[in-house]
This record gives sequence, C-alpha cells and structure tokens, in this order.
Amino acid sequence: MSAINPLKPSQRMKIPREHAPERPALERNGDFVEVSLGFTSDQAVVEATRCLECTDPVCTTGCPVNIDIRSFIQLVMQRDFVGAARKIRESNYLPAICGRVCPQESQCEAVCTLGKKHEPVAIGKLERFVADYEMTNKLFVPPARTERRQEKVAVVGSGPSGLTCAAVLAQRGYSVSVFEALHAVGGVLRYGIPEFRLPRTVLDEEVDRVKGLGVEIQTNFVVGMTATVDELMDTWGYAAVYLATGAGTPHFMSIPGENLIGVFSANEFLTRVNLMRAYAFPQVDTPVRLGKRVAVVGGGNTAMDAVRTSRRLGAERAYLVYRRSRQEMPAREEEIHHAEEEGIEFLMLTSPVKIVDNGRHEVQGMICQKMALGEPDSSGRRSPIPIEGSEFTLDVETVIMAIGQSPNPVIQATTPGLKTGKKGTVAVGEKQETSRPGVFAGGDVSRGGATVILAMRDGKTAAAAIEEHLLSKAREVVEEAKASL
Amino acid sequence: MFTIRSKEFLSPTIARFIIEAPYVAPKRKAGNFVIIRVSDNGERIPITLVDSDPVEGTVTLIVQAIGKTTKELLTKEAGDTIPDLVGPLGKPTPLHANETIVCVGGGVGTAELLPITRALKESGNRILSIVGARSRDLIILEDEMRAASDALAVTTDDGSYGKKGFVTDELKEILDREKPDAVYAIGPLPMMKAVSALTKVYGVHTTVSLNALMVDGTGMCGGCRVSIGGRMKFACVDGPEFDGHAVDFDELIIRNRSYTVFEQESNRRFTEEHACAAQQASEVVR
Repeated sequence: MSAINPLKPSQRMKIPREHAPERPALERNGDFVEVSLGFTSDQAVVEATRCLECTDPVCTTGCPVNIDIRSFIQLVMQRDFVGAARKIRESNYLPAICGRVCPQESQCEAVCTLGKKHEPVAIGKLERFVADYEMTNKLFVPPARTERRQEKVAVVGSGPSGLTCAAVLAQRGYSVSVFEALHAVGGVLRYGIPEFRLPRTVLDEEVDRVKGLGVEIQTNFVVGMTATVDELMDTWGYAAVYLATGAGTPHFMSIPGENLIGVFSANEFLTRVNLMRAYAFPQVDTPVRLGKRVAVVGGGNTAMDAVRTSRRLGAERAYLVYRRSRQEMPAREEEIHHAEEEGIEFLMLTSPVKIVDNGRHEVQGMICQKMALGEPDSSGRRSPIPIEGSEFTLDVETVIMAIGQSPNPVIQATTPGLKTGKKGTVAVGEKQETSRPGVFAGGDVSRGGATVILAMRDGKTAAAAIEEHLLSKAREVVEEAKASL
Repeated sequence: MFTIRSKEFLSPTIARFIIEAPYVAPKRKAGNFVIIRVSDNGERIPITLVDSDPVEGTVTLIVQAIGKTTKELLTKEAGDTIPDLVGPLGKPTPLHANETIVCVGGGVGTAELLPITRALKESGNRILSIVGARSRDLIILEDEMRAASDALAVTTDDGSYGKKGFVTDELKEILDREKPDAVYAIGPLPMMKAVSALTKVYGVHTTVSLNALMVDGTGMCGGCRVSIGGRMKFACVDGPEFDGHAVDFDELIIRNRSYTVFEQESNRRFTEEHACAAQQASEVVR
C-alpha cells in the first residue's frame, strides 16, 4: 500500500503521542481491574496519523512475528478498525494479548523511525485498540479453513506458544488436540499474568477463538505422566507433537530461611491469586497468606506482577529487591512505571543473603547486602558485586522469590532420545525441530524463559515446520506405494 | 467432569470413591497420587491413588472428611461429578524383591499404604504389616491389608480394637525379634517421625510418604518443598516418598500449619452452609 496520509511528514511529527487513559493508582491498588483503559477510537485515529508510512517499514522487522504494522495503522487511519484487526491476525493470532503484554519499547516501537527524534508511534496501544474493538463489537470472523487434512497433531501446553501453533495448524486443516496439565486453559497467561494486566475476559475470548477453529483442548492431562510423548504418537495416533510446556519450575536462591512460612516462589503466589483467585477467599477455597510488609526479589515482569499483586492484596509496604540497577531491569517499562505509581518501593543494587526466623518458623525479616555494578557479564548486563559490610535487615513478613524459572523436566525425562540443552531446556533447531523426528518444541521450554511474543513466534515457526514434515511424510507414502506397484 | 461410580463409607468420616478417570486408570502405579478439585471455586488437593481398574477406566480414592474440601467431597454420591482430576502424579514406589518389609499404616494413611503393600507383595516380598488408629472406628482396610500381608497386627491408641498402644510399640517388637530389609510408613506426620526415629536406632531403611501442601502438584509452585538431608525437594515431583531418616519432620509439621486459620474459616463457613449434611461428619471429627 502506498502512502495515504494527506499530512506532510513534518506536520505528522508535530502531533504529540497519544496516551491511553489509566485508572488512578490509588483506585487500582484496591482491585484487580485493568490499569490501562486503552485508546478511544478518536485517539487511535490521531495516533495512526502520526505514522510516517516508511517505504521500508522497520517496525515490521522489529516485530518478532513480523506484523504488517504500516498497513494495519493505515487501516486505523481510515477508521477501518476491523480491517486493521484482520491485518494483524494474518501474522498474530492473539492480538488482544500482545497489545497488552508485549515489550513494544524494545521491539517495534524501539525501531520506529519517528522515535529517532520524537516519540515512536504507540503501536502496542493501537494493536490493543483494534483487537478490543473487534471483540467488543463482536465483529470477529473466523478465518476460512483450507482443505481438511488427515493427520492429527498434539500440542502440549495451552500457553501462548501452544495456542498459536494449534491455531495455525487448525487453519491449515489438521485435527489439533491441545493437552493442558492444569484445570484451566492459557498456561502462563492464566496462572502467571495478573488480571490487571490481562483481563480474563480477554484471555477467555482469545481461547474461544482458537477453539472456534476446531482445536480440541484437553485439560487435566500431564504429558509425561497421563501419557508419554511416545504413547501420544504410537497409541493415540498423533503424527506430530509440539512441546510448549513453558518454564514452570521455580528457582530459589539457596540462602538460609527459604523454607520458612511466608516465603513463596512467585509461581506459587501468582498461581494462588491468578489461577485459583485467592483474592476472593473465602468465596473461593484457595487462600493466600500475605503479611503487611512484603519483599519481592527479582527485576523481571514476574517480579513486577508479584509485587503489584501484593499491593492489591493489602500489603502496606511492598518492596522490590533487585541486585542490579533500574536500567538493567528486564521488566517492561510500562510495568515499572505503573509499579512506581502504585507506591512500590524499589530497593536497587540489593541482594538478600538470609531470611530471618521469628522463632515460630515464620519470616521476621530479610537480611540484604548492597551491591555495586562491575563488568558486563555474558548477558551483556553489568554484573553485581557485593559491598562488604553493607548488610541491613528489611522488616518483612513475606518474601516472594521471582528470580527465574526453568522448564519442568517431566517430558525430557520420559521421552527417550529427546536431547536437552542448557538448564534443562529442550534442544531445538531453526525450525523448532527436536532430536526426535516428528517432535517439535518452542517457547520457554526451549528458550528457558523469554516473552509471550517469542513463544508465539516459535509456535508459528513450528506449525510451518510440522506442516512441511507431514506433507513430506505423505509424499514418501505415495512414492513407496508407487514403487511397490 | 469426572463421574463418581460408587461411594462407600469405611468409617463414619472415611469414604471410598470409585471415580471414572479413563486416562489415569491404566497409568496408575503404587505410590502415585492425583490432584482433584471438588467444585468450580474449589482448591486443588492431592489424594493418593489407592487402586485402579484399567478395564473399567476407574480409580479408587479413599478420603477422610477433615477440611472443607474433603467434607464437601463426602457429601457427593454415586452419579455426582467432580470438575477436575489429574494424574497420575508423583514418583511410583521403587519395587524390591525377596526382602522382608514392614508396612506401617496410621489412620487414613493405611489407604495410601495399601497399594504399596500390594505392589511389594506382588513383586515377591515377605510383608509384615501394622495398622493403627486412635480408635476402632478409624481402623480401615483391615481385610485388604491382611490379604496383602504375610502377617498383620492392629493397634489402637485407646485399646478399643486390636492391641492397645501405638504402631511403634508393635514395630519395636518386630525389630527386637528380627531385622527387616526395609520399612514403609504412611500416616500422620508425628507417626512417621516416630517410626523413622525408631528404625534409625535399628539401622533399618525407612520410606515415608509426605503429604505437603500443594497447589498444582506438577512441580510448578514449590509450595510443597521439604528438607531432605538438608536439601530442598518438592514433594510432588521428587516424592512423595522419601528416606524417613533424612526428612525434617518438624519443619514439615510447622509448614503444613501455614494455612490453619484459613482452613478453619473455610470449614466454619461450609459447616454453617451445610448444617445438616455436615453435622454428622463434624461431630465425629471433633
């Protein structure tokens, strides 16, 4: 599409970036309702007119799933919001989710040409707007299915990677079954990401659309235990398997006091609140035990989610304890900003050394050490070095460890010949193929802990590779049949 | 949805459920458990798989009404459903052969011990079993345990049935008489602690099954972490069976009380809401 905006680039650059209205911090600290209210349609159109319509749209290369961003923004400019949503869906199956949880500031918006001298186009908020518009007005039309294919494909895990792979394959005509270990669908989108970042109505709707493509979702099914990968292929008749089991094993620090009552993994804390809805206890049966003073250890999105959730559950003091400085924090900029607004106290360059017992095997405090930044490590971030004699005690009753996760080892342990990589990940090639023919893997189980959008990219890549694999197998069968004639 | 095929009371507060779970049934091994939810707002709780019938596609669970969830489950009848049941979870019991093994069950723990006792018997071991409870009405599965054992002793704390005393008294008698190759003990934590302390003196390897608090039961939450020989383990995926001589029982006893206040609140609400149905069960529990 050529340029359609009547405004000259110099005029567009003068338009300030639109900001989506947000609920005030004091109000949102009392509930789990979404923080950002999203763009109005007028805001979306104004924001879209800021786009420079570059002939070489770098934003698309900045997007892990290569959404045709320029085209969708042009459609917004023309007020064709549904057309814009469909344009996104050509490359991204879960736009209402990505528009909310993607780190746009380090992807599409980071490379936006406008962003060199001015603020970049608010691509994330536009994506969310069109996806929400389509959803609210019930204008979603499921994409047409291509021919029906005979083969069945099993997808293990119903998180962003599994849902994406399942959606693509179902659209390509395959019968797809998704196996989910928990009782609810969505993986980390369900148990990990809080409702104030991703409302459950949005998640449920996106899941329903995937189901609408004919994807069957079997909950309460732990692949590796209920059936192994080999059983799925040999007994259950699945021609290919995509492993998208995420990174679900929580890490602890191996410091004294981690087994005291009042210490959680972020996984446990968030699962109790998000999946089990402990905030509604005793209307629901799962409780969560939280003190008035809470420390969350870590600097990623999970840490932000945990500390902001603590605040919403009534923590009077909520500390974020991170061993590097604010610049090195891997969390999304928007979440850090929201956390600051919500009164989270950031203790940077600080690392716990011991959790203190109150004599009843409960947390009474956490002894921390101040850190200084040294040389960059393998991740490119400056590594923290402890400062001797800098120990101090933080008065807290709850400690939540959000220092990372690694893949659950059950499938690796029960699938002979499946090669593993670093830190228990499943080793994959460029097309997400594993060492076992017909078995593919992607998302956090092969990456060890990354973003929703990279998990989705892997799901897309794997779906294409699975189709290729199944087509070539079908050709072999035909050729063998011919040869035997 | 998982349909209850049958329900039978083994004592006023303990019931045996046979539940349709066609995927789980053929995969069950001794030592495995499942996670269930009893209602849509329910919590996830681990329950040992006592038995299964792969042909019928059913599993057997034995449940004592203690907290809100177990009480609610005991109000269910044949034909009713529960929303969720997932498994089999946990590591199965490693099986030995040609050994003398003492299997010790306490209270409802006997239900968890039964499949292990059967598996050990079937793999060719001599089984001496001890089953104990506070009083006669809490002794369950006596016939089943007898059938799976070469000898069975029953004890009650109050002497209302079998020998008066604790399972450890009976175990001590055996240990004074002969040296078994291994002991399996499943029951309340103080009982497993006492058994492990006793067998340590006699140098007999002892396996216990730990019922820590769990949320997901698949290694994801870490809520069930236990200290084994000073190292952190997850009861759901590294266990539930561990070397009793290495378990920090005191820590686990305290950790399992983390949510007592909440449990009492849930229990009180449930009892009020289900005054009639729960009356009988709660009286016996007290």
